[in-house]
Amino acid sequence: MTSNATGAHRAVLTEAAPGKNAPIVELRNAGKSYGNVRALHGVDLAVHPGKVTCVLGDNGAGKSTLIKIISGLHQHTEGEFLVDGEPVRFSTPRQALDRGIATVYQDLATVPLMPVWRNFFLGSEMTRGPWPIRRLDIEKMKQTADEELRNMGIVLDDLEQPIGTLSGGQRQCVAIARAVHFGARVLILDEPTAALGVKQSGVVLKYIAAARERGLGVIFITHNPHHAYMVGDHFSVLRLGTTELSAARSEITLEELTNHMAGGTELTALKHELAQVRGVDVEELPEEDALQAGAAKAN
Amino acid sequence: MTMAQTTAPATGSPSPAPPASRKDGRTSERPPAVQLLARPEVGVFLGALAVYVFFFAAAPTVRDGSAMATVLYQSSTIGIMALPVALLMIGGEFDLSAGVAVITSALTAAMLSYQLTMNVWVGVIAALLVSLAVGFLNGWLVVRTGLPSFLITLGTFLILQGVNLAVTKLVTGNVATDDISTMDGFDQAKKIFASSFDVGGVQVKITIVWWLVFATLATWVLLRTTYGNWIFAAGGNKESARAVGVPVAFTKISLFMLVGFGAWFVGMHQLFSFNTVQSGEGVGQELIYISAAVIGGCLLTGGAGSAIGPVFGAFMFGMVNQGIVYAGWNPDWFKAFLGVMLLGAVLINQWVQRTATRR
Repeated sequence: MTSNATGAHRAVLTEAAPGKNAPIVELRNAGKSYGNVRALHGVDLAVHPGKVTCVLGDNGAGKSTLIKIISGLHQHTEGEFLVDGEPVRFSTPRQALDRGIATVYQDLATVPLMPVWRNFFLGSEMTRGPWPIRRLDIEKMKQTADEELRNMGIVLDDLEQPIGTLSGGQRQCVAIARAVHFGARVLILDEPTAALGVKQSGVVLKYIAAARERGLGVIFITHNPHHAYMVGDHFSVLRLGTTELSAARSEITLEELTNHMAGGTELTALKHELAQVRGVDVEELPEEDALQAGAAKAN
Repeated sequence: MTMAQTTAPATGSPSPAPPASRKDGRTSERPPAVQLLARPEVGVFLGALAVYVFFFAAAPTVRDGSAMATVLYQSSTIGIMALPVALLMIGGEFDLSAGVAVITSALTAAMLSYQLTMNVWVGVIAALLVSLAVGFLNGWLVVRTGLPSFLITLGTFLILQGVNLAVTKLVTGNVATDDISTMDGFDQAKKIFASSFDVGGVQVKITIVWWLVFATLATWVLLRTTYGNWIFAAGGNKESARAVGVPVAFTKISLFMLVGFGAWFVGMHQLFSFNTVQSGEGVGQELIYISAAVIGGCLLTGGAGSAIGPVFGAFMFGMVNQGIVYAGWNPDWFKAFLGVMLLGAVLINQWVQRTATRR
């Protein structure tokens, strides 16, 4: 595990070396312990402008801890966390936002009963007029929200409709558009396609591509290698809190990625265990390759 | 109301536009009339209108201007408190102590001024501070402990109820405070809190004016200011609101303090219209305020509602309360009416919330 992580560490550094596209956000050998539980250890990650960095991993692999460090909800306990090359330590999500790191959480941080435009500007409302008659600049907010949504390819006829009436994919896109509008340079997407159907996932993936076209660095957290491979430029697979794989798109195929994700080696081991415990005829079980193919189909 | 999606040219992404089937009409089917009716404040307006028409027909006295002034006066004393209670409810919290807090405020002002023989304004200001402090304490405890405000304010409710009685007896030796009508500043304060003026031969209480002023102000704050946005967000989804930078704790605590302000105002009205305060009063009023807010279309769980709805809700209360008397019926029916209105309102609310969030 450790040697694996160190290897990945080097790989990221060499990739980051060409200066023209210096990473906006970089983790070097970073880790996080909650008391005596080591949730994350020796992880390297670099986010470049205009690139999508995919972080994959099964449940409990440390994906959430990783984004919590970057988004300022938690602090790392080992290694380095750099933004624009300087070491940082965020104590609130606000600080991360101020450095241009915006997180679109799984629950999307929207208020279902509030209109789309109010959700869009929630917490950063536009106002006009002096206090005490300072009021919301509703026209401007609606117009801006509409513009930003159109830029991301979402056209809503009625911005007054409660955001809860939008589909999951649309809400995801509104959340992304909101992050982009408020000056995000790095967009962290926490499993944006997890709860979505095929079509909706496609819509979200398209907006991830759109965000990349606009020069944003995107951290795309997912457990779906197929979604990751469709938009990703770099892939990091986490397992048990540490980096199992870190590879650029050119260095890896979808099959290899799926293999790492599906845990091909673990499946082989499981096959043997099953054979011993239950007396299952091992010959009847599919071979490793078939298992991976099966996992690929399932995804 | 239709939704459509197209790819924007600006993205430069070559993927084709999503198929037209995405315009799946989740919100497009309901005709405008139904949509209008689905707005809680429209529903309660129609309800209030129905109640008014009903008593207009059933009790001829109601057609009299002075009877209407009485109805409105009754409504205003409920309505002034129902407003902050409604805002608090939209913000996702309750205040069960709101009823007795009114009496606490009035008692503070009355006893401080009388026992220390000071200008009533000293008592009035002190009462304001006490009321705001009670509100702050409620809010702070709710935000700090994360416990349901139902429990926290149930505690404050019992505390205040006991303190009201015990302290009053301790200080005055009686269950009521002494008459403060002869004290300095009384007339001046009465002008503000409890006077009436003449409109076409009908005596109109000033609380009606205050009620409408506060309602206008609350509507403006709720719909046109950042703070109003925060109230909806704090009640609608506290975690999300915090994640995007809304000061949820500040919003909630200040809403509790706003209820404190309302309690102070109504308390001062009671004190300056009756000159004394009965220390055991106020119990049960909090439920009237909460009912008025709920009938007015405020969602019990927070996140939705208006300030104008509770105005009509309070009017329904005042109308039924007085209408029964004018119609010559047994006033005992009032609570039964109230229950029916509340149930109806809750059912409508639930339906609205379901249709609004249906996917």
